[in-house]
Amino acid sequence: MARLQLRNLEKDYGSFRAVHGINLDVEDGEFMVLVGPSGCAKSTTLRMIAGLERVTGGEIRIGGELVNDKTPGDRGISMVFQNYALYPHMKVRKNLSFSMRLKRRPSNEIETATQHVSGLLEIDPLLDRLPKQLSGGQAQRVAVGRALIKKPQVFLFDEPLSNLDAKLRASMRVRITDLHKQLKATGQQATVIYVTHDQTEAMTMGDRICVMKDGHIMQVADPVTLYSRPANTFVAGFIGSPEMNFLDAAMKGENSVEAAGQTIVLGDGFSRRLSAGGLGDVTLGIRPQHLRIAAAEAPGTLKGRLNHIEFMGHEVYLYVDIGPKRLIAVVPSSTYDRSALRDDWVWLSTDPKGVHLFDRQTGENISLAA
Amino acid sequence: MADHILTQNSATVRDVETIRASELRRHHINVVLRYALLGGVGLLMLYPLIWLIGASFKTNSEIFANPGFWPENPTLDGYIKGWKTSTPYSFGTFFLNTLWIVVPKVIGTAISCTAVAYGFARFEFPGKKILFASLIATLLLPNVVTRIPQYLIFRDLGWLDSYLPLWVPSALAGDAFFVFMLVQFLRAIPRDMEEAARVDGANTIQTLIFIVVPLIMPALISVCLFQFMWTMNDFLGPLIYISSVDKYPVSLALKLSIDTTEAFEWNRVLAMSVLTLAPALAVFFLAQKYFIDGISAGGIKG
Repeated sequence: MARLQLRNLEKDYGSFRAVHGINLDVEDGEFMVLVGPSGCAKSTTLRMIAGLERVTGGEIRIGGELVNDKTPGDRGISMVFQNYALYPHMKVRKNLSFSMRLKRRPSNEIETATQHVSGLLEIDPLLDRLPKQLSGGQAQRVAVGRALIKKPQVFLFDEPLSNLDAKLRASMRVRITDLHKQLKATGQQATVIYVTHDQTEAMTMGDRICVMKDGHIMQVADPVTLYSRPANTFVAGFIGSPEMNFLDAAMKGENSVEAAGQTIVLGDGFSRRLSAGGLGDVTLGIRPQHLRIAAAEAPGTLKGRLNHIEFMGHEVYLYVDIGPKRLIAVVPSSTYDRSALRDDWVWLSTDPKGVHLFDRQTGENISLAA
Repeated sequence: MADHILTQNSATVRDVETIRASELRRHHINVVLRYALLGGVGLLMLYPLIWLIGASFKTNSEIFANPGFWPENPTLDGYIKGWKTSTPYSFGTFFLNTLWIVVPKVIGTAISCTAVAYGFARFEFPGKKILFASLIATLLLPNVVTRIPQYLIFRDLGWLDSYLPLWVPSALAGDAFFVFMLVQFLRAIPRDMEEAARVDGANTIQTLIFIVVPLIMPALISVCLFQFMWTMNDFLGPLIYISSVDKYPVSLALKLSIDTTEAFEWNRVLAMSVLTLAPALAVFFLAQKYFIDGISAGGIKG
């Protein structure tokens, strides 16, 4: 079994603590994405799992076995590096089979494995080329092939698509997730840890996503949960595009809050979602997709001045100033009738299901109960 | 009116042509001058070498009579007699002797300097900074300062009149300059490929041999080339440590023909000098390609 477990994993660089005792369980065959802004220690965590970085404290277990003191080659892992890290003096064929040649596997076995992997990734015509004769996408596939040929228990990807252009990145995304499904279907162990800073990549590829910040895990959940039930303001702001709108607010009664001098009605039964003690100073979070232009002033809507309009094709971004705060609303182009123009006063209604309340001190989401 | 414009136009065309022609002429003159100057200075710098080669085919008396480099009565006398030498040994022996010094020294330098440079460039260990600083400090030390202590050490080891003092220190990474050169080269190479190799299951030695050595090959070839040429040309080292004539390398053997009590046979000295120069030149031109080639390009993107 290729279950990966991190227990109280810590990493210090001198007096600086990069990873603060994180705990994470990745199930066998799961595609886990580590995502976060630069400096959140996601790559450090991955490198510790790979054995390229020494662990300061805690445990790493792969398939139940403690691997803290094992060399990278003995951990049953393989890794795809951000800049591919192909061996420049070896042809693609030798690059792929390097790990097998180190283990002195018989040559017919090496040949079969090389053919199998290159067929899978469609790199057979490239086998006799040197890395410098490959394009970025081809080099990337060779790097994936080199990881694949080892038949590891756990695959590690360190921002493998960040050097590719947008179009290629989209197609490689699909290719990697397909490959993962394919491996699982053929019964090969295929636990994947995938590091990225790109939330789109995380959302589209991961079975589950682990959002990290400053060496702490903020939330581990599947993409839908992460989007609809973010655990705190950081996750809420990091996942989703454009970013979630945040307003400082105060609870006013059971189902309304006051923000920017206006009252927002949260709908009946909203209070049931609130955790106990979730009253007082809060941060109101509304995704741009959950704001709508109201036909006219109605109780509980937010009044603001339309500052800027961006037409994106299938949707329209509306930038609305509510007092000193600017909110973004994303509405489908079909529902936007262009009656509201720049500098007009508009009313925004909210979808109560899309409203989140966060504790202003801790940033915790207090509207997740029930 | 139309005629007027036409004549004016043709006049302009003619003007343009004359200007273009004069520009072309100036360009030609420029090129000729430039190459003449370059060729002249080049010839001036090469002249001693050309004269040496020419004079090696002259008779002994002609060397002083004829200042030009072209021999009037070309003769191989210098080469034939020079090769035989005035000792019981031919110059072939001395060439072989040089080989016994150069080969172990170059191979030893390549292996030891690579290992030491790899250690300094890629590993953290206690005292690394102090050790590296002292390595660099030895670079600044004049060679002469260590001659006497070294001589005493080698005498106590019983290594005098053997080739060991000439190559063993280098084979133990004694040439700080080469270590420094390789360290600098390694520092410029990203670690990713070595990390990839470790993930692929290579241990430290395998990573060094299969990944690092091919990557630093251009620098390593430069190291070997320098070591080869400097050792070929080294006169002081053999002079201090080698006392039996049968162990003389070519650099000492050349001096031998000058030392003999008879009148100097200059054409023999010159002929053997030409032969001595040949291997160094040949090796340099053969390795020139690798000198310039870098193979690190292409493995890393970004």
